[in-house]
Amino acid sequence: WVCHTPIRLRELIRTIRTARTQAEEREMIQKECAAIRSSFREEDNTYRCRNVAKLLYMHMLGYPAHFGQLECLKLIASQKFTDKRIGYLGAMLLLDERQDVHLLMTNCIKNDLNHSTQYVQGLALCTLGCMGSSEMCRDLAGEVEKLLKTSNSYLRKKAALCAVHVIRKVPELMEMFLPATKNLLSEKNHGVLHTSVVLLTEMCERSPDMLAHFRKLVPQLVRILKNLIMSGYSPEHDVSGISDPFLQVRILRLLRILGKGDDDSSEAMNDILAQVATNTETSKNVGNAILYETVLTIMDIKSESGLRVLAINILGRFLLNNDKNIRYVALTSLLKTVQTDHNAVQRHRSTIVDCLKDLDVSIKRRAMELSFALVNGNNIRGMMKELLYFLDSCDPEFKADCASGVFLAAEKYAPSKRWHIDTIMRVLTTAGSYVRDDSVPNLIQLITNSVEMHAYTVQRLYKALLDDISQQPLVQVASWCIGEYGDLLISGQCEEEEPIQVTEDEVLDVLEGLLVSNLSSPVTRGYSLTAIMKLSTRFSSVNRIKKVVSIYGSSIDVELQQRAVEYNALFKKYDHMRPALLERMPIMEKTASNGPTEIVQTNGEAEPSVVEPKHPPPVGQPASQVKNTVFGLVSRCLSLMAFYLFDLSKTVNFLSIGIPPMTAYNKNGLKIDFTFERANPNPNVAVITIHASNSTEADMTDFVFQAAVPKTFQLQLLSPSSNVVPALNQGTVTQVIRVLNQQKLRMRIKLTYIHKGSAVQDLAEVNNFPPQSWQ
Amino acid sequence: MDGWMDGWMDGWMDGWMGGWVDGLLLTIGITSSFQMQFMLLFSRQGKLRLQKWYVPLSDKEKKKITRELVQTVLARKPKMCSFLEWRDLKIVYKRYASLYFCCAIEDQDNELITLEIIHRYVELLDKYFGSVCELDIIFNFEKAYFILDEFLLGGEAQETSKKNVLKAIEQADLLQEEAETPRSVLEEIGLT
Repeated sequence: WVCHTPIRLRELIRTIRTARTQAEEREMIQKECAAIRSSFREEDNTYRCRNVAKLLYMHMLGYPAHFGQLECLKLIASQKFTDKRIGYLGAMLLLDERQDVHLLMTNCIKNDLNHSTQYVQGLALCTLGCMGSSEMCRDLAGEVEKLLKTSNSYLRKKAALCAVHVIRKVPELMEMFLPATKNLLSEKNHGVLHTSVVLLTEMCERSPDMLAHFRKLVPQLVRILKNLIMSGYSPEHDVSGISDPFLQVRILRLLRILGKGDDDSSEAMNDILAQVATNTETSKNVGNAILYETVLTIMDIKSESGLRVLAINILGRFLLNNDKNIRYVALTSLLKTVQTDHNAVQRHRSTIVDCLKDLDVSIKRRAMELSFALVNGNNIRGMMKELLYFLDSCDPEFKADCASGVFLAAEKYAPSKRWHIDTIMRVLTTAGSYVRDDSVPNLIQLITNSVEMHAYTVQRLYKALLDDISQQPLVQVASWCIGEYGDLLISGQCEEEEPIQVTEDEVLDVLEGLLVSNLSSPVTRGYSLTAIMKLSTRFSSVNRIKKVVSIYGSSIDVELQQRAVEYNALFKKYDHMRPALLERMPIMEKTASNGPTEIVQTNGEAEPSVVEPKHPPPVGQPASQVKNTVFGLVSRCLSLMAFYLFDLSKTVNFLSIGIPPMTAYNKNGLKIDFTFERANPNPNVAVITIHASNSTEADMTDFVFQAAVPKTFQLQLLSPSSNVVPALNQGTVTQVIRVLNQQKLRMRIKLTYIHKGSAVQDLAEVNNFPPQSWQ
Repeated sequence: MDGWMDGWMDGWMDGWMGGWVDGLLLTIGITSSFQMQFMLLFSRQGKLRLQKWYVPLSDKEKKKITRELVQTVLARKPKMCSFLEWRDLKIVYKRYASLYFCCAIEDQDNELITLEIIHRYVELLDKYFGSVCELDIIFNFEKAYFILDEFLLGGEAQETSKKNVLKAIEQADLLQEEAETPRSVLEEIGLT
């Protein structure tokens, strides 16, 4: 017979590390796994521990190790401490609550919780507290509760955290731990204190009753915190001169929860918060960690205004810290408080603006968001200067958001129309390709309504086109303007600056140049052709325009061709209507708000108050005098112009590659497809239309579709088209979902309906969203 | 943006608050807003050296998360700060020599103190191994876990005294040695 001694763990590690290729490594692993498997089959007790340890190493390298699961259980059941140590480790790494086999641990853990050796008890508590399933927690909660009352601080601290886990898994069990919490804070042992505070925090967060009950602990917590700050050097818990920062932070957090919304508690902690805020050493991260927690607490409870200002000032100082982590944290916190403590945050505006120049991307982004939040009528000029400078030099990932922010701020606080137009020009010329497509109609509306600036605007836009025709939003706005105000351009009426000398031919050269340029998108070409057409009533070179329009009547681009054909018809058959149709646009009423501020969650009961700007009223008076026979053509013309001017939701489909539809659910004859579009005006909103169809022979009645998304998203459901999904695919129920998202979209859906007399309910997860739906 | 209300569809609020369940599950059921969800140690080449998960996930999910996160962190430039947002979690990471220590914490948690937690763990490893280096963690990975499990439990610090953590490990190691009483050659081959 041969002696099969399994190789030692470290030797295996050494051997595997000599592998020069993935294939070589795999071969070694497979060989060793085979040896381990046969060793397991032989039920060898001596080397089980060693084999499982090796398996855990190989598992970490990414290789399957499920055949070791039962072996871990055997190790846990062993009497040898070494076996238990590896066994529990293996259980934590290889088992999880989704597999029934984990329940086999329960009895072992129960026994080990009552073991005579505290280190064994510790292993059991640790494992239970790390991965215990709800069933296990239910079975073993009693044991944990017992250990929570022990005088052995080594076990007590572990039991406290184990209890936290139990409560997280089975919230109903919270009550049973209440008696054991009675004297937790009287402990001297920091480990027990820390974990007790964690336990109390968990209970208070979950239950308003518990919260009310534990409020009486505030004075005690304040005392403990005070002792930590005032006490002298304690080597055991010292970190850079601060005594047990972990405990301090946890106490501050618990105080926050207890003080929130409660005047008395808030008052009772006022002094200690001020003390911590002013006495904590700020030279190292550890002190700042405590200050940070203090600031969060001050801002959340009902603190007096002096204390709040103190907190904001701490954040202001953080902004000047060399440590970028501190700066990051400060900006995040300031972003949270800028609404409630606006004036206090304003005082730190210049420091915040300086952070726009930071090297770290996250810091820059926060500084940008915060800067926009701080813009007001008083500081608009200065702030805009900084933000435009930022726009010039920032990374592409910021440009779209920054441009939108600038437009928004300019619209709200522009000190003059001229300034407003200049600002828009600046954005279009420096970040024109990043500007969102929906900005174009907004800007056109703005320009139209700034009557006295028309000459200036068209001149500036014309000059910009001479420089650069690559940035589509700029080109589109410019084309539109030239079409509208070309007459002002050539007559040199500009008052705001030196009027340029330009001829009709030069202007038409530029516009025709756009039509032929490779840089122009199809939409841009459309704008350009329409502009040329409009100039036929403003310029005298009508023949040239007629020629251009007729050439494009045979353009390969179908949209362009169609327009050209219709404009041709306008020249040939309806020439008497041309002046009226191509007249100057009147001032437009703004029916839409800027962005999502007006959208409310309607729970599918009412339409949102803002979706898209409405179509403008027909151009001028003449439209109403149109005879019926040409109504079709005129309305088409008008709708064409409307198309170009306003209904950019259609151009989104025109421009975008199109987000492919998907099937979200398909079960028991019920199929739900999702189709996508981007909303107007906010492209961060994904508009999903669900299409529910039923292939069974019976209708699905009382059909209700519900959706939920993770906390970081926001969701709105509009009314469904009906609540009956007809049988045999005879029709679909549609419903619109709007999701505000900037990350990968995930959704859970809940379907309820009545089918053949019985109620059906199903839950499903939708994970297969196409990447373009959340870009 | 202003005006967007945080909310859930009627009737689902209770069931869904605070958590999200899906194939890339990061929390199950209701969790608090302060929890460390996992800690990963990996080398500059992206090799995993330790993985501690405090939320239940399948092997497949863990692998996916690990792969994505490692890629994300390794792509960070040295001048960037130690925090980044990833899915709906905050990632706190710090590089010590050739090893990245990476923790995932929840929305309300304090990033700065998490850095201190990481630092404390490194100090413990350093004291235990004597000037710890990556090789120590590779060849003694189980000990790295044991130390972590004496310092954190369920993602929270169970002991804030360095001395006490090391003492407990020392005692447990002794217990382990005692348990492995020397066996004679004859015992090994089953002849006595």
